Amino acid sequence: MFSSQMFVLVAVGFLETLYMTIISTAMAYIVGLPLGMILAVTDKDGISPNVPINKILGGIVNVLRSVPFVILLVLVMPLTRAIVGTSIGSSATIVPLVIASAPFVARMVESSAKEVDRGVIEASLSMGASTFEIVRKVMLPEAKPSLIVGAAIATTTILGYSAMSGFVGGGGLGTIAINYGYYRSRTDVMLIMVVVLVLIVQVFQEVGNIISRRCDKRIS
Amino acid sequence: MSEAAIIRIENLNKTFGNGGNAVVALDDINLSVKQGEVFGIIGLSGAGKSTLVRCINLLEKPTTGNVIFDGKDITLLSDRELRDVRQSIGMIFQGFNLLMQRTALENICFPLELAGVSRKEAKQRAREMLNTVGLAEKENAYPAQLSGGQKQRVAIARALATRPKVLLCDEATSALDPTTTQSILSLLKDLNKKLGLTVIIITHEMKVIEQICNRVAIIDNSHIEEIGTVDDVFRHPKTQAAKKLIFPRGEMTKSIAKGGKYLRIVFDGNSSDQPVIANMVLECGEPVNIVFANTKDIDGKAYGHMIIQIPDDPVIYHKITLYLDLEKITYAEENYDV
Repeated sequence: MFSSQMFVLVAVGFLETLYMTIISTAMAYIVGLPLGMILAVTDKDGISPNVPINKILGGIVNVLRSVPFVILLVLVMPLTRAIVGTSIGSSATIVPLVIASAPFVARMVESSAKEVDRGVIEASLSMGASTFEIVRKVMLPEAKPSLIVGAAIATTTILGYSAMSGFVGGGGLGTIAINYGYYRSRTDVMLIMVVVLVLIVQVFQEVGNIISRRCDKRIS
Repeated sequence: MSEAAIIRIENLNKTFGNGGNAVVALDDINLSVKQGEVFGIIGLSGAGKSTLVRCINLLEKPTTGNVIFDGKDITLLSDRELRDVRQSIGMIFQGFNLLMQRTALENICFPLELAGVSRKEAKQRAREMLNTVGLAEKENAYPAQLSGGQKQRVAIARALATRPKVLLCDEATSALDPTTTQSILSLLKDLNKKLGLTVIIITHEMKVIEQICNRVAIIDNSHIEEIGTVDDVFRHPKTQAAKKLIFPRGEMTKSIAKGGKYLRIVFDGNSSDQPVIANMVLECGEPVNIVFANTKDIDGKAYGHMIIQIPDDPVIYHKITLYLDLEKITYAEENYDV
């Protein structure tokens, strides 16, 4: 059953999954990181409270987060087609992945940023730091270990979403699992895909944890 | 110490919240701090002292009133101008508030980066400051690797890196053990003398005030109750709030026999090396009960208080006060009935 054909299939699926996950995570952070920082800064207890902005952005984030991913996948298909030209394949899946995960990333970033000791921020204000300087020189570096753990969690979540996109021909390991395992009842193929996915999640999570611990100077 | 005021606080009020939930944190505060002095603000927790110190660099915006720093009313400044002024007012905290992901040296570089000093110059200045606070060998240590006292030294070096004129200390020694407290206080006194730095100290501990302050303001219930030289306030506390801080009730013997009179005897540099009480007892031939005693070294001279209980008899009272008058010992009758 493990023909070389099957091996190629798994290898391609693996690479497609990695491609979708990494690109989507990166793009989700391009949007989610600033968004999360704005949410933390404009919070009523933040360094530059701004209730309207916080409420509007928070509302958008909440709405997007409450749409189940499978439904979002179908909902954004017209947009996907407009951007990528097609709604199937791994490149097309990146669009809904980013839309679904950017708000999630924003919330993770916001929560990491809020963990930064209020006293340190107050000390920076007392030294004449501006809001932007505090974000760049205090909140981001001080929250770095927590942000990295968050990134590992976000990556694995996005990986899970990417597998879900297999139902609508999203490409990658998820598509193989569904096409072979579900439609052709090849339970063995499904199991192999599950094992590979589990391994990838383990590796991402563990690598994230190690990097986070390495860069955290609070523990000597 | 010159007479010019570096900081003047005028008619300052601070209220948190509004409407029915409003809480008055500061009520009509007026005080001025002279250039080059060590000024203490003491009060029990909740008195408003931390809010007051935050109003000096406007971390807390006063509801009404003015804060004049170096001749400029800083409550009128734009955010940008205020950030510049803050670089001339250093601040240290009870919790040190160091950047945990930066080394000691990088922490001290931080305010210099904000001030736009080049990386190379900042490092050089930071090393100088580490030397000043006696931590030259710890430049690459992270805060997590330093003791409380060392962290506060780094915080002091960081606060002074931009050569501010004033250093605000918010309960800066409250998290430290007594020995470390001593060494941090003497460092502050040293910097005050060497650099002519004006130091404002917020504390709830009288011993901190006694040790390094020139003048003290006593704050209680959002009000300034008393301002004066430490010597004056210490010897002749006028208000109940001052007395409460100088003789915390908890420290007095609880099992005082009812009745009798209480005399507070003040020791100064001249009398504390003499066996005053023993001489008095021998001379007058009357028994006294020592209820509270506290002596310490302030500014190189010994000061202290003692509260004695004497029998409730006008003759004995007269005999003892006469003796104290003759010996030129300051005393006052106190009412400490529980």
